[in-house]
Amino acid sequence: MATISMTVNGKQMTGEAQGNTLLVEFLRTELKLTGTHVGCDTSQCGACVVHVNGESVKSCSVFASACDGGSVSTIEGMANDDGTLGVIQNAFQEEHGLQCGFCTPGMVMSIAELLKVNAQPTEGEIREWLKGNICRCTGYHNIVKAAQSAAATLSGAAQAAE
Amino acid sequence: MARDNVMGTPVKRREDLRFLKGKGRYTDDMNRPGQTYAYILRSWSAHATLNNVDTAAASAAPGVVRVFTGKDIEEAGLGSVPCGWQITDKHGEPMKEPGHPILAIGKVRHVGDPIAVVVAETYQQARDAAEMIDVDMTDLPAVVDMRTAETCGNNVHDEATDNVCFDWELGDAAATDAAFANAAHVTTLEFVNNRLVANPMEPRCAIGDYDENDGQHTLYTTSQNPHVIRLLMGAFVLSIPEHKLRVYAPDVGGGFGAKIFHYAEEAFVTWAAAQIRRPVKWTSDRSEAFISDAHGRDHVTKAELALDAEGKFLGLRADTYANMGAYLSTFAPAVPTWLHGTLLAGQYATPAVHCRVRAMFTNTVPVDAYRGAGRPEATYLLERIINKAAQEMGMDQTELRRKNFIRTFPYNTPVALEYDTGDYDATLDSVMKIADYEGFAARKAESASRGKLRGIGLSCYVEACGIAPSSLVGALGARAGLYEAATIRVNPTGSVSVMTGSHSHGQGHETTFAQVVSDALGIPEDQIEIIHGDTDKIPFGMGTYGSRSLAVGGSAIVKAVDKVVAKGKKIAAHLLEAAESDIVFEDGQYKVAGTDRAKAFAEVSLAAYVPHNYPIEEIEPGLEETAFYDPKNFTYPAGSYLCEVEVCPETGKVEVVAFHASDDFGNVVNPMIVEGQVHGGLAQGIGQAMLENAAYDEHGQLVAGSYMDYAMPLAGDLPSFNVVTEEGTPCTHNPLGVKGCGEAGAIGSPPALVNAVVNALADHGIDHIDMPLTPLRVWTAIQNASVRQAAE
Repeated sequence: MATISMTVNGKQMTGEAQGNTLLVEFLRTELKLTGTHVGCDTSQCGACVVHVNGESVKSCSVFASACDGGSVSTIEGMANDDGTLGVIQNAFQEEHGLQCGFCTPGMVMSIAELLKVNAQPTEGEIREWLKGNICRCTGYHNIVKAAQSAAATLSGAAQAAE
Repeated sequence: MARDNVMGTPVKRREDLRFLKGKGRYTDDMNRPGQTYAYILRSWSAHATLNNVDTAAASAAPGVVRVFTGKDIEEAGLGSVPCGWQITDKHGEPMKEPGHPILAIGKVRHVGDPIAVVVAETYQQARDAAEMIDVDMTDLPAVVDMRTAETCGNNVHDEATDNVCFDWELGDAAATDAAFANAAHVTTLEFVNNRLVANPMEPRCAIGDYDENDGQHTLYTTSQNPHVIRLLMGAFVLSIPEHKLRVYAPDVGGGFGAKIFHYAEEAFVTWAAAQIRRPVKWTSDRSEAFISDAHGRDHVTKAELALDAEGKFLGLRADTYANMGAYLSTFAPAVPTWLHGTLLAGQYATPAVHCRVRAMFTNTVPVDAYRGAGRPEATYLLERIINKAAQEMGMDQTELRRKNFIRTFPYNTPVALEYDTGDYDATLDSVMKIADYEGFAARKAESASRGKLRGIGLSCYVEACGIAPSSLVGALGARAGLYEAATIRVNPTGSVSVMTGSHSHGQGHETTFAQVVSDALGIPEDQIEIIHGDTDKIPFGMGTYGSRSLAVGGSAIVKAVDKVVAKGKKIAAHLLEAAESDIVFEDGQYKVAGTDRAKAFAEVSLAAYVPHNYPIEEIEPGLEETAFYDPKNFTYPAGSYLCEVEVCPETGKVEVVAFHASDDFGNVVNPMIVEGQVHGGLAQGIGQAMLENAAYDEHGQLVAGSYMDYAMPLAGDLPSFNVVTEEGTPCTHNPLGVKGCGEAGAIGSPPALVNAVVNALADHGIDHIDMPLTPLRVWTAIQNASVRQAAE
């Protein structure tokens, strides 16, 4: 058992982990951040996607110990400081991009990275990017619309800022 | 306070807030103080005698609290996991109903059958200890192929030496035979409806807890219907009276039917917690889900359609093997019988129909309802054989159907149902328009110029849902009623708590039911709270499946609201010093008709709880009403789907380039949610048609046992959909006029896709390919066809 520290959503957090404790287990059980979900055991489904040191990662496929000293962003950190929904979250609600909500945190985190690397993705690029995130409820139609809507909002805001 | 007209409005969902912030409360997110963790050791053999299970080493392993086996279950005298529907066979005999122990006793019957459970301080310790369990099993030949199961000489259960659970029929065999004798043309189709795994993204989870101070048992579980679990488990398995048993299903991450059934794991954790006096938590991993969640579909059918020379349908015959798997799951016998056979008229006025179903035991995971439950199987049969007939007779697929549409309602089908209302021409017209059906030839030529074979496939479905009238299903073998319950609790300051027996697992009831109540009571939606999932709080309801929640649950809510309004009128009459018959309730106000004297809903509510100026001699204080609604009939959503595909002849790869859907769901409360349900259903139906297959080998090993091998539809596999929901024909027999929409997409879409591919390959002489239409199967069909054509 070792003590692991990491910055999670901007806050320094510490917990206990064994060598083989997965990051997703550490987040859910030690840090009580249950927004990141476990949907499979072969790293296909993407319900566990978080950002580690700025990049989207399947937290079921990385050890907590490997993130010691690192910076992690989870779904719990995606809202605004005043508790209102962030741009991507808001787009999901507007476009009905979620039904049961179980894949949703991973979807939001995946799309967050997509929009950082590709601010104006085509529908094909969105669908290709999301191949690592399985949804059983929505058929992806509205998730694609949410991603497009968020992209438009973010690039509109970026243009306004210029 | 002014409010928008909330019925038919795409109100955004309130439940999204917690899901989007990562604050959803799924069962695995919950933890009980002092909880232990259960790991289930499951059979790796499909069929074996269980000679001995030695748990000595495991019991002594670090952190282990106790190891349980079938011996413990037997000694405790626990009941079998029950089946909730009894089918009577064609000779009037009840189906074979073998026992289903919580943990295997004497024999294991499928890969995944639970042998032992380790309960330990941590999940890791439980898992490690399970590897120390020594299981002595002797393999038996596995029964896997339904078509040879009757005569293979091996039986899954001693009660059924021919592996037949029941041999059932429906319809008029003599009339059907006569129709075939007089037919100008007979089309035959032998086909498979492929076995699927539901795979909701949230794996199953169950936590059992026991309070020895008051003898209260609690089960937290990922269920679509907590009251049903409480009844089945309490009455039939654990002998716990219902008033001592609470079942709580918090947020459930998808179900699609797989979370309806009472599972052994639920009974185990509830029982074990009382044995060890500590909470017991079990969470399925995904590979485990593949071998323990109920599977879906798995029919092998020979169908025949008799037509006259002009294409009028004279008769339909179907002979189906339906897989039950190794044990009877809760609803399993009803799916290929009353939910399949009865839909074999479809949208068509076929005068004679006969259906035979042999339900078979095999050494595979139990099979039960999965989104559509019997109706996708019926629709696939009809829509494929009709297209085959059209192909054989040189007729257009839309024209052949129009010749046979039912156009007079109500309509009594030859397979026991009465359709209340519908307009099949309207949805066909609509989908042909939005798909630009007339322009297909030009698109086909353009695809050909790129080396692709383009096809367009139609599917017209009607389904029966909004289940169901209790006495009807009782007569058909159901061991439960299928009503729904609602309590409307008006609080003193005018807000409303609605306790519903429905249980959303993605359908957005917290939003849509609030819309219904807001519209009925004329109060803002934010004054209304929808409560579901907890048997402690809610009157007995049957849960959410079968596209029933709005039609049945919503109707119960309306009935309860009616009772609230009726009592409110008495109170208002008193406050307004008017006759009760002069009071009307409109837009949240009780008014004296023809005047502007009124009392607001909130004022009347307060008076009910502070009954100082009150007709206390005539009515009690308080304003809380409960209604149980038993539907008069099924509801009958219907629609038309057109799928357009491009097939690459070199690789066999099928690309869905467009999917158009026109549905009649009657009245619609929230069109945004309805469209979302259709999208999800289409994705699952397309998944069945070209990607998914829960394949077993001849030894009963599930070779598609994880997401590495089972092809879940991904975003890149699907197009955006073109969906219209028609104004439709409102349901004639429930107060909202709604038909339900949750399963339609999965029901109508598979034949549309297969019809499109066959249409694309018709020039190659191909008239059928079995699902899933993987590149290998399509490519092989093309190769075989070209060999055949070369030989001719």
